[in-house]
Amino acid sequence: MFEKIRSDFWYELLNSPVTVVSSFIILMMVIGCTAAPIFAPHTPFDPATISIMDNNLPPVWEAGSDPRFLLGTDLQGRDVLSAMLYGGRISLLVGLGAVALSVVIGMAVGLFAGYFGGMTDAVLMRIAEIQFAFPPILIALLFNGILKATLPADIFSQAAVPIMILAIGLAGWVQFARIVRASVLVQRGQDYVTACQAIGLPTFSIILRHITPNILGPVLVLAMLQIAVAIVTEATLSFLGLGTPLTEPSLGALIQIGSQYLFSGVWWVVIFPGTMLLVMVVAFNLVADWVRDYLNPRLR
Amino acid sequence: MTDLLCKTENLQITFPHRLGDFVAVQGFDMEVRRGEIVGLIGESGAGKSTIGNAIMGLLSHPGKITSGNIYLDGENLIGTSDAQMAQLRGRRIGMIFQDPMTSLNPLMTVGEQLSESIALLQDIALPKAWAMAVDRLDGVGIPDAEKRMDQYPHEFSGGMRQRVVIALAMAGDPDLLIADEPTTALDVSVQKQVLDLIRQICVKGSLGVVLVTHDMGVISETADRIYVMRHGKLVETGPTEQVIEAPSEQYTKDLIAAIPSIDRREDRFVNPPKKTGEIDQWLLKGGPAHNDGDYLTTSALTKDFSIRKTSFWGKSSSFRAVNVEALTIKRGEVLGLVGESGSGKSTLGRILTGLIKPSTGSVSFGDHGALADIKSARARKALRRDVQVVFQDPYSSLNSRMRIDQILAEPIQFHGLAGKAEMGHLVGALLERVGLPADSGRKFPHQFSGGQRQRICIARALSVRPRFLLCDEPTSALDVSIQADMLALLMELRRSLGLTMLFVSHDLAVVRQVSDRVAVMKAGQIVECQDAEALYNAPGSNYTQMLLDTAPRVGARNTSEQIN
Repeated sequence: MFEKIRSDFWYELLNSPVTVVSSFIILMMVIGCTAAPIFAPHTPFDPATISIMDNNLPPVWEAGSDPRFLLGTDLQGRDVLSAMLYGGRISLLVGLGAVALSVVIGMAVGLFAGYFGGMTDAVLMRIAEIQFAFPPILIALLFNGILKATLPADIFSQAAVPIMILAIGLAGWVQFARIVRASVLVQRGQDYVTACQAIGLPTFSIILRHITPNILGPVLVLAMLQIAVAIVTEATLSFLGLGTPLTEPSLGALIQIGSQYLFSGVWWVVIFPGTMLLVMVVAFNLVADWVRDYLNPRLR
Repeated sequence: MTDLLCKTENLQITFPHRLGDFVAVQGFDMEVRRGEIVGLIGESGAGKSTIGNAIMGLLSHPGKITSGNIYLDGENLIGTSDAQMAQLRGRRIGMIFQDPMTSLNPLMTVGEQLSESIALLQDIALPKAWAMAVDRLDGVGIPDAEKRMDQYPHEFSGGMRQRVVIALAMAGDPDLLIADEPTTALDVSVQKQVLDLIRQICVKGSLGVVLVTHDMGVISETADRIYVMRHGKLVETGPTEQVIEAPSEQYTKDLIAAIPSIDRREDRFVNPPKKTGEIDQWLLKGGPAHNDGDYLTTSALTKDFSIRKTSFWGKSSSFRAVNVEALTIKRGEVLGLVGESGSGKSTLGRILTGLIKPSTGSVSFGDHGALADIKSARARKALRRDVQVVFQDPYSSLNSRMRIDQILAEPIQFHGLAGKAEMGHLVGALLERVGLPADSGRKFPHQFSGGQRQRICIARALSVRPRFLLCDEPTSALDVSIQADMLALLMELRRSLGLTMLFVSHDLAVVRQVSDRVAVMKAGQIVECQDAEALYNAPGSNYTQMLLDTAPRVGARNTSEQIN
């Protein structure tokens, strides 16, 4: 993978305009959202800066708008654009964090199960299958529900983001474990692994130094796809009111807030965050597709 | 000239690439007559398969014919549409592929595949086609054809499967048959039968056959005329006897000279030891002073592999892959281990190097004691340092994510044989010792050819200063000219470093060149084991005799008269 990037990466990338556009969109969103305090025209969740007088203003190109609010304001007079940037930051954080957690657990399980085989493999993969029988949303709901009941309300609301990462990450590791295990089974049969054994290298170093770099390709592709899934799961949970608190809404929570006013003509509060979520997810999927094709020599 | 069947004229095939077009075949002229086998020989990358595919109209994307003509019975195939080509394939041109495993559909019975092809290609009703298919199977020498029609490909052996593939290629009664390495995946004893069958079909049906292969032995026994190719160009052509016995081009001469002979042991693989440099002193450091006695002895060994139960309540059964009497390898000797695929020779090799445990029996090393008694990490490490392996496939035996210097430094570091300071120098010296530039260490494995990779594998094995080297088919994946270099290198290293070797191979000719003693394996058992010269000159068992008789020899051609 890495030696290939040096020679063909830019050529293959520039040959796919869709991927260039998608990567650009992701880049803009990541920059815009992570640096939200710099880019956002307002601080939407600071009560001192919002005025109820500015409520329900439409986007600038509509009649009766205010140039200070590019994409309009919501019922409480918060700037929709700023809320989207801050909300997107939470969505991206949860997406990346959850996938990172899934990758760590899934790779550990998959490497062990695939390399040692036999009983280790049987036990680990049965656990994975049991986990797989529960839909991710259900696990996240359960996790969220338990913590909400056990933790004090103020700690719970502050810990919303880590809890979401934990809940979604724990629900998503099985796919990584499976794909890693399958790749390890292939790599283990290769002669270079036998050569390592012949040299007498410890098992741990064979797994980490020799096998792991060779299975990162499929993991990378799955991770890109799973980021999109995790973002959607987070949005779903927040939409259901189980995610981030309304004082610090993610994209899902913004959509939920906006959806209540959709039929009162205040469409911008729901359409803009919704579009942003859609574009973000589609862009991640398209880039993941390209990475998969790029890493598969048979398709080139 | 009515017997002229197929002709290529100034054929040029190009594979466009963004870094410049790659010309795979250039200015190639060939003629195939009816009732004649034309051999197309060359090393890997010579473009021989590309020509076969081009005649079939099956060039892989993005390759295309950029100039020249292909005539079939006087009709130019260049410019025919894909649909017209599809009509020709099967009906006028048949193809036999290398791997009989993948060229049959595993989910259809042999009868279904064959009768369907016949029905489609000859435009007749299925019941009638079925009857014809039975005839055809019978015709390619499959006993009990009627019964076997209902069996699936996996129920056939490799040779039988290749016969089915031939019957399939003949389903539309083509005029021209293209056989692309038809016997490369088969054992020697089966190879001969399949080649005889191809010759028989060619003569009887007065077909033109293009036999594409890298194996000079196969081609010299089968073909009437030979085209020698190199780098996409024709080197030499002529009747088989002329090309084999009196080649006019240097390349052909080198190619023929590189083929190890099964009939004698040749001197050119036994180079005198080079003057031992600094690196040889390092490699010999810590070796035992004496070099006599047994390096390795075993008791009777068996290895069973369990077979998956066929049903839930079924008894689990096992398959005995290895079942051999006691074996010894003397210090400094090369023991050759030959056998056909599935004979258990690789498994035995891995048992003898301690990579897998035998089911019963024990292996014990002169310097380390019995394998079963080696329990401490330290003793294990000492054994692992002493015993190294060179594998068959140079592509899978190097980790493609690591640089060459990392690959070579890791074992040295792990066994504490050199400090960090001297590592760079040492790695360079090792690479030079196996015939690569000292600065190759900065590259990745994919930047090397198969032969170069195999040299790196040898360097890696040497890097821990081993006393015993298992070579598991080290040259099977290489071209003959490179094979010769590799054998010379291994033999030279063995002389200079006094290595003990176990040389596993299916190729009797190669084993003869390198071994002091030879063991022949069949179905997990050692059929005979004796001094190499004695074994080749007067084999002690019928099986060995049969292997020696069926091995293809350069310059020993079957004429069509012999067959009829």
